[in-house]
Amino acid sequence: MENHYMAHELIEKIKDKEIKIEEIIQEYLDIIKETDGSVNSFTHLHEKDALKKAKRLDDQINKGKHIGKLSGLPIGIKGCICIKDSPTTCCSRILEGFNPPYNATVADRLLEKEDAICIGRTNMDEFAMGGSTETSCYGPTRNPWDLERVAGGSSGGSGSCIATGQSAFGLGSDTGGSIRSPASYCGVVGLKPTYGRVSRYGLISYANSLEQIGPMAKCVKDCALLLQIIAGHDELDSTTVKLDVDDYWSHLNDSIENKVIAIPKEFFGEGVDNTVKEKVDKSISILEGLGAKIKEVSFPHLEYTIPTYYLIAMSEASSNLARFDGLRHGEMIDELKGDVFDVFSRTRGERFGMEVRRRIMLGSYALSAGYYDMFYIKALKVRTLIINDFKKVFKTCDAIACPTMPTTAFKLGELLDDPLQMYLMDVLTCPANLAGLPALSMPCGFDNKGLPIGFQLIGNYFDEKTILNIGFLLEQELNIYTKFPSLKGVR
Amino acid sequence: MSEHEDVIIGLEIHIQLTALKTKLFCSCSSDYRGKAPNTHTCPICLGLPGSLPVTNEKAIKFATRLALALKCTINERFYFFRKNYYYPDLPKGFQISQYNRAGGKAFADRGVIEIEVDGNIKEIQLNRIHLEEDPARIVHEGSITTSPHALIDYNRSGTTLIEVVSEPDMRSPAEAREYLKQLMSIVQYTEICDPNLEGAFRVDANISIKGHDRSEVKNINSIKEVENALSYEIKRQKLAIKRGAILIQETRHWDGDKTISLRTKEFEADYRYFPEQDLVPFETDEQFVDKIRIKLPEMPKERKERYQRDYLLNEFDAGILVLDKQIADFFEEGIKLEKSFRPEEYKLYCNWLMNQVSRWLNENNTNIANTKLKPEQIVDIVKALKENVISSKIANSFIEEMMKGTSIQEIMKKSGKKVISDENKLESLCKEVIKENPKIAADYKKNPKAIQALKGKVMGKTRGQADPKKTEELLKILLK
Repeated sequence: MENHYMAHELIEKIKDKEIKIEEIIQEYLDIIKETDGSVNSFTHLHEKDALKKAKRLDDQINKGKHIGKLSGLPIGIKGCICIKDSPTTCCSRILEGFNPPYNATVADRLLEKEDAICIGRTNMDEFAMGGSTETSCYGPTRNPWDLERVAGGSSGGSGSCIATGQSAFGLGSDTGGSIRSPASYCGVVGLKPTYGRVSRYGLISYANSLEQIGPMAKCVKDCALLLQIIAGHDELDSTTVKLDVDDYWSHLNDSIENKVIAIPKEFFGEGVDNTVKEKVDKSISILEGLGAKIKEVSFPHLEYTIPTYYLIAMSEASSNLARFDGLRHGEMIDELKGDVFDVFSRTRGERFGMEVRRRIMLGSYALSAGYYDMFYIKALKVRTLIINDFKKVFKTCDAIACPTMPTTAFKLGELLDDPLQMYLMDVLTCPANLAGLPALSMPCGFDNKGLPIGFQLIGNYFDEKTILNIGFLLEQELNIYTKFPSLKGVR
Repeated sequence: MSEHEDVIIGLEIHIQLTALKTKLFCSCSSDYRGKAPNTHTCPICLGLPGSLPVTNEKAIKFATRLALALKCTINERFYFFRKNYYYPDLPKGFQISQYNRAGGKAFADRGVIEIEVDGNIKEIQLNRIHLEEDPARIVHEGSITTSPHALIDYNRSGTTLIEVVSEPDMRSPAEAREYLKQLMSIVQYTEICDPNLEGAFRVDANISIKGHDRSEVKNINSIKEVENALSYEIKRQKLAIKRGAILIQETRHWDGDKTISLRTKEFEADYRYFPEQDLVPFETDEQFVDKIRIKLPEMPKERKERYQRDYLLNEFDAGILVLDKQIADFFEEGIKLEKSFRPEEYKLYCNWLMNQVSRWLNENNTNIANTKLKPEQIVDIVKALKENVISSKIANSFIEEMMKGTSIQEIMKKSGKKVISDENKLESLCKEVIKENPKIAADYKKNPKAIQALKGKVMGKTRGQADPKKTEELLKILLK
């Protein structure tokens, strides 16, 4: 099956005219049709447009014309990233019918400039609020390794579409772990870039000071390829920095001899599953074998990250989601009774899901007069302490290694009624968001149920190069990245 | 203690940067007046999901000009904050504004405006000035009460406002009026805003009686209306206090006759201000400020001092003349045209502008730039007056024609009006008048002022064409 090649291998085959883009797209579409009824990675498919573009690109190749670097390979793009005329719903009823009149900057770079083909829009937790892709208005995404389990989230659809072989690439967004959680649970590679590395223009905000768009793929090399394209300053996003972007591929094979890898002991504490610890430890040993120096470090403020993260995220969300009132986008409620505030209240009451409403209410509360200092300002102060913890580590170390998630994928519905327990699942991922650091998750083994375990590498600011380098070497040693799920229980 | 010692007034003025071509956070045209609705919009000013603001650097430059003119302290690093509230004219559900609490910093702090009321000079301190985006415009078909629905025009959404917040330093509506006149003048001199454009200059007035809670009267559109609204509020609040009522903090609306309560404090929105993290903090270093400082034009206060010094205008005349920059520019242009002019002519020129021309402009609700009046015309009028070719009465009757741009020579030719200075002719006219008014003539012996009445009769007979100076001299001789 062509889809069991890595994306960079397929690009070579296309270049050598061994295979047509149209055939590749068709094959991916066939797999989607065969599997997506069970997995539910996609909320909207762009079958026609995808095939049309594939044909056009094949024509261009035949005529000897240049095509973009991504050579017509399919990409599943998360439902919160605006693509012109493509349903961009954040998997919320309030945005049903919203087809943006413009492209996100990443969509421009990937689709228009480098000729990736958006094969469909991927499922997510409503407005990226969740860690399991269960709060989507289109129903949950299931984990391709065990359909009774969650795919992680909120970019669950982008994770599962790669794991299932439904797409070559995926694009997610990561506010508190939303790329790395599904990467970990689905056994794929996902990277959250440094805050300010990738343009957020066109990303529908959940918590704008925390989130970044990032690549998801089957292997580190493919991830690096996507990042190379989307990284860099964008004049439409003032928070992107004017820093040169490293050439990631040219550094993948760099020696990591004498690189210092920090192991923060708190990241291996209570609540982290033993099998997870074991597999992560094994990978650390491999890195040590490759010449890296392992250094145990302390991260004293880890225990405060969850309340800090959620206070900031919910506060920002309460403001970011204020624009959804039914007046300009999405569909208005049928019955317009009362004054404009009644219409606002009813639209928002009926069209936002439970988790979204919970976070808007909590966030509004935290920002209210009289509570602001106690909650929001306090959270910002703790955020500074967490940043300082990281800064201290990076004075002497090149990267941090730890598990991505404390456990492997849990069962669907298992944590849905226990939001606090669900929030705790983010404990190892959200520190990188609070600090704005880049973090990579990659598979490092399986538990005894055959579920993938994620290995997390956190890098210094704008040093995606180093974590990709370490990740790539580890991936070669582990050599499990070519494994695909057998899709137990597919109808 | 004056009757208003216990009155406390503070003003917040929203000034729209009408000279700025694009909006505060996107590159849409900000010239929305008279344009088809919703044609000056983009994903950013429509607040479409996923769009992000980018600060218009020119807006910061404009704000810097005003801050320098008002002698504010410009903060080296400032932030934007979100002011959260729901209203249909606010597409994002929050307004990007600034805040000077909770770690926020306004664009500039402090500053001062000098006013003069009844000969007393007073400094009104400013609290801060900050930048924010203007919401969209809600349009009602017909009137607000009869329209079945409201329409939203997003053309205005995202245009730049500068808010100037004063300390509660004013003690009377007259002080508030003078403060607004001076501020408007300074704004005009900085060339960032044409305050005469509809909605370009909006006032929120905070007013209280010492020891009692304040009310805020929102969105008043002219200086005259501010004065009226404040006078009304003082009366209302004092009466309420006299009756033993307890005033509560509230927001009120001025309808042109009276103020109406909109909401009381407990129903005020909690704006949940917090930092706008889609924008990076803005740095205004010394170099940036200095570049703008160098190019800052002369301000009304300096200009007034110069007019007193160079043209020997008195302080009162100079003060009024410089208030409207266009008028002052016009004055200076004319003065420079005629090298023979001396302080006497300057004064005449200034009087003409401040009286005849300003009155005409007020009556026709326009400004000097919109007329065809040229400085040469005033120069010619001043010369004609000086040389006694026409009387000031005749000159005054020329105003309508002058505003059409007709030259003085042509007006004089057309009207046939010129001064009668032929002594024989004047003498016979004077004799006639004395004969016709024996009572007044007799009165002159006891009351020399009676001569003015006789002069008036002569002027009347000649429809103002008699040379007033010569007529008076002749009358005096004849009545001896």
